[in-house]
Amino acid sequence: MLSDRDRIFTNLYGLHDWGLDGARARGDWDGTAAILARGPDAIVEEMKSSGLRGRGGAGFPTGMKWSFMPKQVGDRPHYLIVNADESEPGTCKDRDILRNDPHKLVEGCLIASFAMRAHACYIYIRGEFAAEAKRLQAAIDQAYAAGLIGRNACGSGWDFDLYLHRGAGAYICGEETALLESLEGKKGMPRLKPPFPAAVGLYGCPSTVNNVESIAVAPTILRRGPAWFSALGRPKNTGTKLFCISGHVNKPCNVEEELGIPLRELIDRYAGGVRGGWDNLLAVIPGGASVPVIPKSVCDTVLMDFDSLRDVRSGLGTAAVIVMDRSTDIIRAIARLSQFYKHESCGQCTPCREGTGWMMRVMNRMVQGRAEPEEIDTLEQVTRQVEGHTICALGDAAAWPIQGLIRHFRPVIEDRIAQYKAGRAARPLPLAAE
Amino acid sequence: MAEEIEQPVHFAFDAESEAEIATHLAKYPPGRQASAVIPLLYVVQAQMKRSTGSAWVPRVAMDAVAARLGMPPIRVYEVATFYLMFNTRPIGKFHLQVCTTTPCWLRGSDEVTAACRKATGIKAWGETSADGMFTMTEVECVGACVNAPILQVDDDFYEDMDAARTEALLAALRRGERPPAGSMAGRQGSAPEGGPTTLLEPTVAE
Amino acid sequence: MPKVTVDGITVEVPAGSNVLQACELAGKEIPRFCYHERLSVAGNCRMCLVEIEKAPPKPISSCSYPVADGMVVHTDSPMVRAARRGVMEFLLINHPLDCPICDQGGECDLQDQAVGYGMDHTRYGENKRAVKDKYLGPLVKTVMTRCIHCTRCIRFAAEVAGTPELGATARGESMEVGTYIEHALTSELSGNLIDICPVGALTSKPYAFVARPWELRKTDSIDVLDATGANIRIDARGPEVLRILPRVNDDVNEEWLGDKSRFAIDGLRRKRLDSCWVRRDGKLHRASWAEAFDAIAARIDGVHGDRIGAVAGDLCDAESMLALRDLMATLGSQNLDCRQDGAALDASRRDFYLFNTTIAGIEEADAILLVGTNPRHEAPLINARIRKRWLATGAHMPILGIGPEVPLTYDVRWLGNTPRLLNDLGDAAGLLRDAKRPMLVLGQGALRRPDGAAILAAAWRVATDHGMLTGDWHGFNVLHTAAARVGGMDLGFLPGPRGKPLAGMLDGGVEVLWLLGADEIAPERIGRNTFVIYQGHHGDRGASRADVILPGAAYTEKNGTYVNTEGRVQRGFFATYPPGQAREDWKILRAFSDRIGRRLPYDTIEALRARLEQINPVFARLDASPRFGISDPAGPAGDPAAVGDAAFALPIESYYQTDPISRASPTMAECTTTYRPVAAVAAE
Repeated sequence: MLSDRDRIFTNLYGLHDWGLDGARARGDWDGTAAILARGPDAIVEEMKSSGLRGRGGAGFPTGMKWSFMPKQVGDRPHYLIVNADESEPGTCKDRDILRNDPHKLVEGCLIASFAMRAHACYIYIRGEFAAEAKRLQAAIDQAYAAGLIGRNACGSGWDFDLYLHRGAGAYICGEETALLESLEGKKGMPRLKPPFPAAVGLYGCPSTVNNVESIAVAPTILRRGPAWFSALGRPKNTGTKLFCISGHVNKPCNVEEELGIPLRELIDRYAGGVRGGWDNLLAVIPGGASVPVIPKSVCDTVLMDFDSLRDVRSGLGTAAVIVMDRSTDIIRAIARLSQFYKHESCGQCTPCREGTGWMMRVMNRMVQGRAEPEEIDTLEQVTRQVEGHTICALGDAAAWPIQGLIRHFRPVIEDRIAQYKAGRAARPLPLAAE
Repeated sequence: MAEEIEQPVHFAFDAESEAEIATHLAKYPPGRQASAVIPLLYVVQAQMKRSTGSAWVPRVAMDAVAARLGMPPIRVYEVATFYLMFNTRPIGKFHLQVCTTTPCWLRGSDEVTAACRKATGIKAWGETSADGMFTMTEVECVGACVNAPILQVDDDFYEDMDAARTEALLAALRRGERPPAGSMAGRQGSAPEGGPTTLLEPTVAE
Repeated sequence: MPKVTVDGITVEVPAGSNVLQACELAGKEIPRFCYHERLSVAGNCRMCLVEIEKAPPKPISSCSYPVADGMVVHTDSPMVRAARRGVMEFLLINHPLDCPICDQGGECDLQDQAVGYGMDHTRYGENKRAVKDKYLGPLVKTVMTRCIHCTRCIRFAAEVAGTPELGATARGESMEVGTYIEHALTSELSGNLIDICPVGALTSKPYAFVARPWELRKTDSIDVLDATGANIRIDARGPEVLRILPRVNDDVNEEWLGDKSRFAIDGLRRKRLDSCWVRRDGKLHRASWAEAFDAIAARIDGVHGDRIGAVAGDLCDAESMLALRDLMATLGSQNLDCRQDGAALDASRRDFYLFNTTIAGIEEADAILLVGTNPRHEAPLINARIRKRWLATGAHMPILGIGPEVPLTYDVRWLGNTPRLLNDLGDAAGLLRDAKRPMLVLGQGALRRPDGAAILAAAWRVATDHGMLTGDWHGFNVLHTAAARVGGMDLGFLPGPRGKPLAGMLDGGVEVLWLLGADEIAPERIGRNTFVIYQGHHGDRGASRADVILPGAAYTEKNGTYVNTEGRVQRGFFATYPPGQAREDWKILRAFSDRIGRRLPYDTIEALRARLEQINPVFARLDASPRFGISDPAGPAGDPAAVGDAAFALPIESYYQTDPISRASPTMAECTTTYRPVAAVAAE
């Protein structure tokens, strides 16, 4: 179990002052200029050796991502963009950073921007987080007023501007290139890659997009040393992580723990256990809506980190654990996610635009059982036709929950279909088509 | 395509809006003022709320945004219709946004929906109550899942909702009261019910 | 250049190419819907997926993926075939499959690709999506349920046409292409949307349900409704022209066509002169060719050549103009003019009246001065080329304008509207001098005025003074509006040494006036007692004033040579027969010469063309517009100081109605009503 001393987000629940004084008391903005004095390359190297993997879902090594930025600033300025478009169903960790520990993020923005030779950083926050945006803007204003950012930030000689930009209700803007499009004043439609943002990003300039949590943990890592961070967790899955535990648990909550904590321990220790006891567990979506569901048998032993969950054909994603007990209509639970992806598809590319609607409609019929058994295979094939054929990963995200459902709960779907057929057969007269 | 609704024929930014616009435009490099399209649409929606009581974005206002930012109007129409938080038709005084995505559904969003319907008389998503007080919208995950289910009223998240709390909240709104946003179960943010089980060491906390 | 191996075939491709282009170079056809070589890359249809070794192990959209040296591409692997079948299935689930009643049927990319990648049954049992049709004006019909969201139309409107009015509103499967607030598209190039739409979502409104493509007889030809010389294909069935489409010619029209040139064809069926007419007792009576010829012969008998004149109109082919010129010579007349607008064109040197930079050459220019012109109306395709160049310079190229401020599709710095600015450009002069390849475009609005010659000379001097005329760059350009004009100038349809220009023939300056398709002269300017012969194809202004009407052939009904504003000699071809008694024009003139015993010395069009080449060798250089610099900077006659200060007036009032054909077209009349006034839209 992670000791409180090793927790980074010490005001996760907002029990203390979110403002600059409180943040300083918790150790933020301590020796920032000295960190910057190590120089961009040293900072990137330390981030690499900490083993930090991106906290936004894909788990790409953060230090390596930073190293992709050009080493020299050419005629185009560099930008850091912080992805605060937290929208993955089940996920509400960044929200706590934004509202309760905003200075960790602001300080991280300065350090990360400096490491990537960016004088400007935009934080793209989802539109629904209006209160969080207000709080974060206040923290930014405090940092400006205290000379921590702005001209000669922290007395480091580095000029740094930090801007907050609100989205307006589009999950797809969490995709980094869609976010850039949105920030440029367009619809949030993902860009074709290559070119990648490090070459052609915001306004055509070299840019890096990082998740809030990835940026907010950076100052602490650099203060306490990469060795401290990499000693936590498991090899290649190092450090602490914010977990969101929602659904059928007794006490849903957010908590910071080590990567690699057993799922069962996470639920039992922090979320008061599964409603009705562990044996009442049906399944868990362990990393936000996009990752495949895992049944109880897998939940019994799986560890919560990138590689362990990949090994059971799911994923850590955003570490948003959605717990479902045995009362859950698992088909409906997944069908609702299909509705989500259909609703959030940007509509740009064919497989996603057409496929998400198709999958949702079939799933909705499956909820009732109004389908033929062979349609399960057809649906599976449709998910394969979407997966890997789209411009961005939303297509994959729409496909995987259904694939997980079919993989683990096919008999439930078949039973539902059989029940529906039996019900119809029992009816004296056919009803009009629905 | 915009459905036929009554559209105002004129829109001009008021002084409060102009001040906000200046703040937003200052954030983006020269020649990149199109970046301010979402902020300006928010400005429009807020001004409409101030001046008419309904937070929405009429066509003339989209044209005003286009003119201000030097964008072709169609690019503003695209943005205004792409992002769900912009209402391209008038809404009621209170915008009830019920999250029904799986994490909220698992925790009883159906109850919240039913309670909203019962209290407002609204039958289908997107409708406005006969008295013009409420518009009900089904929204996707609002990002507060450990406090599910969520009923978002305008910009405020009301968390840990159930039927009784929903009815009480709507009744309060009708009375002109605005209960503070946050957990309706008295939880401290995202901490578990009953209080935090971590971050208890005072040396760390302060 | 990178070497790429496609299905085992190794090709060298230019650096910066995409994989789709490499595949094409290797002879592999890649299906695509959204990709269009003249538009930005969208990569959204996902039909062009290929497999690339050592790339991410999934199908990759070839249109958006850059080539790299040593790349190995597979276009027909099981992964690729499965991926394309999947995409095709997705495209078809919400497509109405109403091919039997779709005007795109038979020339539909979706239909064609479905043959290769479609299934024989549907697995989609849900209701299909229905989308409300959009109003885009009188020319483009929409059936939006057929739309596959490739966004070609949106990109065309924003990029090529420069009228960013189309967009995709809402999102996901609710996304709809349209203008959001319904209005007619304000582009003169809107018809091209029909061509680039890969399905039947955007089709031709006037052509709706008119024909199936396999019923049509296709004839390559040249457009004459402006002076661009766009390459076209005439689609006809029986005696009727049903459709005109652009042909690819990268030097002229690329693959675009102006709306007038495409849609004025219903004017070919209306108000046609299908028989001879002779005026007796103030009224026109139908007549036979013999009666008509007799009437003319009787009237000109004994009239001195000096009292006879001829004017060639704007749509004339070179052959008929030469035949009329030769006929006039046999009658002893030197009173000829092909400038029915009175433009002060100087024929003494060819580059005084040509668009010397050439249309394709615009893409090398780095500064432009527009004088007395609205290229958007006078030559929409040349305007599109200017926009293309402007975009290629990152919208930085300085474009200056002297004349009325008109909404163009690029940023113009308007200097004012007086010719005197030519003698003092102020600080704008620096922008031109700083440019390496500046050009000047002089419109007819600057020339068809009393001080036209002075303006021509002044404009030339601007060109010499600002580095527009060098050994390898000719930046002086006259933008013509009449398809016949340069040909007429080239073959000398101009007053001879003792001859009268147009002005001298009007107001009773001649006794007999032969109008060859000349319909732009106000009838009241022709002397009351002047005997007017109108030879042409439409009952327009010229015919209304005529004493004898000889029915000629429209451009779709004859083989003819036209010289465009660049001086490019091109041939149009016969597609349908002229109506009734109407005949090809040079044959009419040849027959009449026989009637009066002054037989013209050619019996075939080949012989006539040989004479044309003899008169001016340029007529032998087909389809060529040789670029050349300038060695002799001496300018046209005219005193630059004599420019007046009257504001420029533009030659075209309504783009849609400029000539007898478009004036007879109901479609063009509807456009004129719809599109007045043109709304300004910010350039993107």
